[in-house]
Amino acid sequence: MSDILLRTGGLSFGYPERAGLFRRPRLREVLRQIDLAVPRGSVLGLVGESGSGKTTLCRLMVRLLEPTSGGIQFDGVEIGHLNEVEMRPLRARIQMIFQDPQSSLNPRLRLGVTLTRPLQVHGRLKGRRDRRDRAAALLDLVGLPTGFVDRYPHELSGGQRQRAGIARALALQPDFIVADEIVSGLDVSTQAHILLLLKDLRARLGLTLVFISHDLSVVRVLCDDVAILQHGDLVEYGAVARIFASPQHAYTRQLLAAIPLPDVEPGWLEDPSPFVAHQQGSAA
Amino acid sequence: MTAVLSVQGLQVAIGKGAQAANVLRGVSLAVQPGEVRGLVGESGAGKSMLGRAVLGLLPANAGITAGSISFAGRDLFAMGEPERRALLGRSIALIPQDPMTSLNPVKRVGDQIALVLRHHLALSRRDALNRAVELLTEVAIRDPRRVLGLYPHEISGGMRQRVLIAMAFACDPALVIADEPTTALDVTVQRQVLQLVERLRLRHGAAVLFVTHDLGVVAKLCRTMTVLHAGRVLEEGETAEVLARPRHPYTRALLAATPRADRPAEALRPVPPALIESLWSEAHRLDRLAVVGRS
Repeated sequence: MSDILLRTGGLSFGYPERAGLFRRPRLREVLRQIDLAVPRGSVLGLVGESGSGKTTLCRLMVRLLEPTSGGIQFDGVEIGHLNEVEMRPLRARIQMIFQDPQSSLNPRLRLGVTLTRPLQVHGRLKGRRDRRDRAAALLDLVGLPTGFVDRYPHELSGGQRQRAGIARALALQPDFIVADEIVSGLDVSTQAHILLLLKDLRARLGLTLVFISHDLSVVRVLCDDVAILQHGDLVEYGAVARIFASPQHAYTRQLLAAIPLPDVEPGWLEDPSPFVAHQQGSAA
Repeated sequence: MTAVLSVQGLQVAIGKGAQAANVLRGVSLAVQPGEVRGLVGESGAGKSMLGRAVLGLLPANAGITAGSISFAGRDLFAMGEPERRALLGRSIALIPQDPMTSLNPVKRVGDQIALVLRHHLALSRRDALNRAVELLTEVAIRDPRRVLGLYPHEISGGMRQRVLIAMAFACDPALVIADEPTTALDVTVQRQVLQLVERLRLRHGAAVLFVTHDLGVVAKLCRTMTVLHAGRVLEEGETAEVLARPRHPYTRALLAATPRADRPAEALRPVPPALIESLWSEAHRLDRLAVVGRS
C-alpha cells in the first residue's frame, strides 16, 4: 500500500475544436501537465478563478472525463483510461460532493431514499428496515437529526442540505472524496460549521479529500496542501503553511492581496491592480 | 446637513392577513451625502429588502406596513408617482446583484446605456452614445466603441458588472444602492470592481448604500456600517470602530466565524446556534407584541 492515494502525472485535458468543416479538429487545451500527489488521509485545496481548469481537474480525478494525455493513479492503479465496467468497483471508493445542494438533491425524494441510493445502486441494501437504519446513521454522522429521513430537501436550510450532500457522499464509506466549492454559497455562520464538520469527519473516518475553492481563506482552515491553477497551468503547489507564509508565484501573491480581510486598510482601494492600470493606460 | 437617505421605523411584511410574515421590523438608518455605508447581514436578514423598498422595487406580495423613507428630506411615499419615478434611476440608482440577468440579452450594450441617458436627461441618440463611450472609459473598458455594439452574452461577467456600474452612475445620482454586486465575481475581479465603485462615487459625488454579506468588503469600501439580522438593526457605527470593538454578540460571532487567509485555522469559531435562535425568538416576540398592541 502506497502512501500516496491519488497521483496525477503530466495530466492534460483538451476539448476538440473544429477550425472549419473540412479541417481536422484541434485540441483546445484547458489543463496542461498537472503533477499532483495526494497523500492518504490528507486534504488538498485546489484554488483557481473561473477558467482556471479546477472543475475539469476534479472531473478527471473522479473519472467523469478521460485525460487526453498523462495519467491518474488511484491507490497504485492507473485509472486514466479504464472503461465504465472496469471503473465500477472503484466508483464506491471515489465520491463527490457537489457545489449546489439545492440542485443535487432530488426534490421529490425523501432524504432517507436519497442518502441510501448509492448503497442500493451498489447492491448493499438489505430491505426497507436496513435502509432506514443506514440513512439514520448517515444523518447522525453529519450532525443532522435522525428524524430527517422522512424530510424533503425543501424542508431543510442551506446548511442542512449541504450536510445531507456530505452524508450521501459518505454512504459507501469511500476513502477519497472530491468536494467542489461546497461552502461558497453558504452564509458565514453556516460555512464555519460545515468546514469544522469536514475536519472532524476527515479525522474520524481517515478520509482523503480534494477541496476545490476560489477562496484561499477557506482553504487555510481545512487543507494541508494547496495547488494553485491559472488558465490550466499549475502555478504553485505545496504545503499550506509554506504558501501562506511565503507565496512564490506572482499570481498567488495577487490572489492573496485581492482577498478583502475584515480590517480597515486605507489605500487598499487606491492601489490599482495591474489589470486596471493597464486598461486605464490604453483608454487614456 | 440633510441626510440623502433617511429610513424611519420601516416595517415590511410578505403576504397578507394571518399569513403575513415580517421581513423588516422597524429599521431606521440615515446616509449622509457622500457617505459609503455598508449594510451587512446574512441571508434572511432583510438587507436586500431594504434596498428594494427604497427603490420602490419590492416584490408584488410584499408591502410596507409602517415607517417612512425620505430622500434628501422629501418623503418618498408622500410624493406623487410621476415625481417618484423621475427620481428613481436618476437621483437614486441601483447596481444590481446579478450581472448575468440584469442586462437585456437582446439589446446591444450601447443601446441599453443610451436608454437611461435619453430617458432621464433627454439626450439625442448620438449624444447619448457619445456619453456612453465616456462612461465605459470611466469603468476601464478597453475599446469602448466596440463594446457598445456588443450583446451582453459577448462580454465577460466582470465586464457586464462594469457596464451596470457605468449605467448606475450615468445620471450623476446622489445615492447609489449596490445590492451585493461582487458576490458572483472572482476575488481579483471583485477587487477591481470595488476600486471602480470607489473611483466613480468620488468623481460623481454620490453616497452609496452597499448591501453585502462580506465583512471584508465592508472593511475595505465603507466608512460606516449597519449590521442587520432578522429585519432588525443590531449595531451601527464607524466601520473601524465596529470591527475593532464590536458591541453586539452577533457582530462578534460573525467576525470570529469569518475564515481569514492571514490566520491559522484554529482561530475559526462558528456562530453558536443558540445565539441565532435567541435572536430569532426575540424578533418573533416583537412581532407578537406588535399584534397585541394593534388589537
